[in-house]
Amino acid sequence: MAVVVTSTFVKPRLMAEAPLRATQDPRWVRWLLTGTALVFLAFFLLLPLVAVFGEALRRGLGAYFAAVGDADALASVKLTLIAALISVPANVVFGVAAAWCIAKYSFRGKSLLITLIDLPFAVSPVISGLIYVLVFGAQGWLGPWLIEHDVKIIFAVPGIVLATTFVTFPFVARELIPLMQAQGSEEEYAAITLGANGWQAFWRVTLPNIKWGLLYGVILCNARAMGEFGAVSVVSGHIRGETNTMPLHVEILYNEYNFVGAFAVASLLALLALVTLVLKSIVEWRHAQAHAA
Amino acid sequence: MSLLRKQHSVLPGFGLSLGFTLAYLGLIVLVPLSAAFLKTAGMSWADFVAAVASPRVMAAYRLSFFASLAAASVNAFFGLIVAWVLVRYAFPGKRIVDALVDLPFALPTAVAGIALTAIYAKNGWVGQWLEPHGVKIAFTEIGVFVALTFIGLPFVVRTLQPVLEELQPEIEEAAASLGANRWQTISRVLLPELFPALLTGFALSFARALGEYGSVVFISGNMPMRTEIVPLLIITKLEQYDYRGATAIAVVMLTASFGLLLLINLIQKWSRRHHRV
Repeated sequence: MAVVVTSTFVKPRLMAEAPLRATQDPRWVRWLLTGTALVFLAFFLLLPLVAVFGEALRRGLGAYFAAVGDADALASVKLTLIAALISVPANVVFGVAAAWCIAKYSFRGKSLLITLIDLPFAVSPVISGLIYVLVFGAQGWLGPWLIEHDVKIIFAVPGIVLATTFVTFPFVARELIPLMQAQGSEEEYAAITLGANGWQAFWRVTLPNIKWGLLYGVILCNARAMGEFGAVSVVSGHIRGETNTMPLHVEILYNEYNFVGAFAVASLLALLALVTLVLKSIVEWRHAQAHAA
Repeated sequence: MSLLRKQHSVLPGFGLSLGFTLAYLGLIVLVPLSAAFLKTAGMSWADFVAAVASPRVMAAYRLSFFASLAAASVNAFFGLIVAWVLVRYAFPGKRIVDALVDLPFALPTAVAGIALTAIYAKNGWVGQWLEPHGVKIAFTEIGVFVALTFIGLPFVVRTLQPVLEELQPEIEEAAASLGANRWQTISRVLLPELFPALLTGFALSFARALGEYGSVVFISGNMPMRTEIVPLLIITKLEQYDYRGATAIAVVMLTASFGLLLLINLIQKWSRRHHRV
């Protein structure tokens, strides 16, 4: 009781006289730095985002919905969805397989393998498209054979899917590898010892453990897959209504001075970016909660 | 050791998962990338030099290099402030600001490109106020710099944040109790601790800027010798069916990017050793 009395008695005096703690900055420094950071972010991040919606709605809602509902715009939405629906699952399967062999076993050349998986991030998007032209293009390695068998890859949908897969290649793997390495293999050993086979151990033990990391990788992978511009631009051939993804359609409309149309399609991609950021924050939050529990 | 190896072999799926990983990596990444190097290997040295060192290409290297350097430097400076503010201070809306930092990762580059052009063109949101003072941003080198700053922004913040969060308050308290003032604590104790992460973020931002295409092409105006970046030259050559020329420039860029990747790995290795000591 006495302790409580002294502490309530002493505390206010201490607080009033206490100098700044060693890890605290004076108030004016806090204000200055926070202000600088917010002004910088407002100019470089918020303003472009607001500009997309502002320009899209410049001629009113009618013009906006007419631009979004245009047949070529809808075709570009469809192609973007197709490219993402193929490349994202492919990279999920790869990411899980790569993380499984890297996290669960020890073998030589592992760090080289991890570096090679990250390689596509170091390649300029334009070059990511170019290398597929060199393999599948009319002048490329397989070009003559493909022409003979009437298979179109470059300037067609398969090329777009391949280029998208390349630029989004590391996303899932690089999320899962450190996560599964940190989790170790004890739980899987226990499952195997109790009579589970490998697939059962994976589906019932590993997958529930990595689900948030996996979802996080999928969200990032999908955002890049739907938004990729440079790589897809090289392999697409820009045929309206056929090989234009949404970012390419934005470019075509913009270059035709159809600014409302360009910004209307761009606003859909900006909405996708916002949804991505929200989902990402939710997953980070859930993951932190799961860790704390 | 032998126990460890035995334990490892208990878990099935090694051959399947490694086999699939290597096959997929080879088909999607390694074989197509090697096509660029093999195509260039078929060129004579004189042709190669003519393709990668013509005045127009040299001007593009210069622009890409210096604009990326300027953008990465600005990002290092402001990224440090943003990361510091997000980790150390409390203010309303902090979680939203924190999430928004990733916008350049999530927003398609083409969208960023046309948005920045709409802002900085001479009749644009900001451009109309600068134009009367003779400041032009869109369709100049400054426009390239602005776009590269936008796309490189998250790298520095996101590499610094975890390091800042893990810094023990004890080292600052120790410095203060030994008589250091706040500025001495920051410049002599905190900044050296943060330096490897800051350098990594700078290098990542710089590497990303070198290869960037989508956000730059709209705002740069693409004038030969003045505002053409290297990736645009590759596209231009491809459109002229000059596949060899395009590939030769691509090989120069790939070599630079892989060198940077190696450098970033070395910095991280060095910083890990630095931390262990």
